[in-house]
This record gives sequence, structure tokens and C-alpha cells, in this order.
Amino acid sequence: MVSAGSNDRYLPATVQQSVKILIVGAFGVGKTTLVGSVSEIEPLRTEELMTEASVGIDDLVGVSTKTTTTVAMDFGRITLSPELVLYLFGTPGQRRFWDLWDGLAEGALGVLVMVDTRRLEDSFDVLEQLELRGLPFAVAINQFPDSEKYEADEIRSALDLLPDTPVVVCDARQRRSSVDALISLVEFVSRSTATREKEFSS
Amino acid sequence: MIGSDGEYPARALRPYVITKGRSRPTRNTVNVETLLITVDPGRELPVTATREEHALVRMCEQLLSLVEAAAHLQLPVSLVTILASDLIDAGYLSARSGIPQTSRPDSKLLQEVLNGLRRIK
Repeated sequence: MVSAGSNDRYLPATVQQSVKILIVGAFGVGKTTLVGSVSEIEPLRTEELMTEASVGIDDLVGVSTKTTTTVAMDFGRITLSPELVLYLFGTPGQRRFWDLWDGLAEGALGVLVMVDTRRLEDSFDVLEQLELRGLPFAVAINQFPDSEKYEADEIRSALDLLPDTPVVVCDARQRRSSVDALISLVEFVSRSTATREKEFSS
Repeated sequence: MIGSDGEYPARALRPYVITKGRSRPTRNTVNVETLLITVDPGRELPVTATREEHALVRMCEQLLSLVEAAAHLQLPVSLVTILASDLIDAGYLSARSGIPQTSRPDSKLLQEVLNGLRRIK
């Protein structure tokens, strides 16, 4: 493993390129846990200033009703090779944060949507937005000890996912399981990219 | 963003002062995952440079992503993006970019990511 070690904040000088994956999901679904289980650095938190969208509130003429709020974003890092580093960003999935992950999603490899089977409805909005924006995504079911066990296919139909959208069951606390979820996502993106490249060249 | 009467919300004051009133960076190629490194650690910043610019240049004496620099400096990412753009324009920082925002990653890069992930399993 190529690792900078948890005490060393800096990247090897040989790294030339950075890529990122977004981990999106409702509060408490395990985004930070997943980032923490695979990151080579202690997950970091950054705060972003966001202008609160005044949904459903009409601005009074001449009076500014916009307020700024701060949103916390947790992220981690995996040095994949001496030349390549991957960043993982855990971002909230609620509607009011979409502005934030819209900018964040630019140039991202893809999105891993974390789902809690006890609160499936929490992810409907997020999935719809990802489909609308054409962002490639995979669904990771974070298996909580007290959640009922479902087959991936049951989840697929409950969430009305396309047949080729990967659905993986994972334990976000386990590094190997979390890495497997990321691999499923990247394999999916890789397959769709290969198909597109082929269509493009023919 | 700022009312014509010149009233600033108290909490918004500091970031806008640091960026000299701007809310957008000069470059749109600078992103959260952009890797930054100081070009010449021995070169002095102009006397007009802010404390935050000094801190960012010091933070990036070795290779680090923009978002990590922001987190370590405890500054908002949007603010550091603006400062980093300025410092790149002025030749104090050098950037190693990620994927251009308009294009998708190619198969070769995705394969390298997969290889890397399989290695750390």
C-alpha cells in the first residue's frame, strides 16, 4: 500500500493527478464512517459558507432575505499510486444542500449513494436529482445491526433503479467492505465509459 | 450579494474582506481536489498580502489538495479557492489539476483508480 501515513499530512511529491468520489446520503446513514474506514488520513472536516435558498419565501422588494449558513463536509484521502490520489467527500443529501454538491460533483468520477433500509424514503430525492443531472452513481446499503436484511433486488425495485445501477450491501465500518462498494461504483463508471468511447469512435 | 446601501451582514464581513470583496475565483479550473504546491518557498509575498495568503503559501510548501489546506487552516473552501486562484495567477502557487470540469474521466484513468482500490483492499 502506498500511504502517506496518518501523521503525515502531505502527499508524496510524485502525485500528479487527483480524482474524487462523492458519498451522498441522509444524516446518520454512515457517510463519515465509510470515509473514515478507507481514508489514509484522519478524516478532515471543512466548513463551507452557503447562501440559504429561500425556497417558498418571496423576497420583499428591496429587502435582502438571504442568509449564509455553514455546512460541514467530511472528507478523506487514498493515495492510489505514486502518481494518483483519490478524495472522498461525504455530503448531506437533503434538498437544501444540493447547491453545495452540485459544485462538488463537477469532475467527480461518480457518486456513492448511501442508503439506510429503515429510511428508504430519505433517498428518493437524492436519486431523482442524480438521474436528472446524469451523474453516474451506485447504491450502497449500509447494513445496520438492527435493520432487516433485504436482497439487493428488493432494494432495487423499492428504489425504482435502472437494471444496470449497482446495488451493494456494505458495512461502512469495515475497510474491505467499504472499498468493495467504491470498486462497484468505479467498475460501473468504467463500463459505461468504455461503451460510450466505443460508440464515439465507431 | 452586498446591498447598495453598503450594509454588510456582520458574519459575512470577514471572508469578503479577505478576498477583497470577491465571491468568485479568477480561474474556474481550481477545484476542491486541485493539488497545490508553493513555487518558491523563499520568495516573499507582496506587503499587501493578507495573513491568510501567507498562511496558504506556507501550508503548501509541500504538495496538498486545496480542500485539505482549507481544513487545516480552518477557512471556508470557497474562500481558499479565491485566494489560491490569485496566488496561482501571481506565480506563488502551482496547481496540479484533477479532471477538467467539462470532461469525463477516460477509461485509462478509471482503470488506474480500480487498480489502486484493489491494491488497498
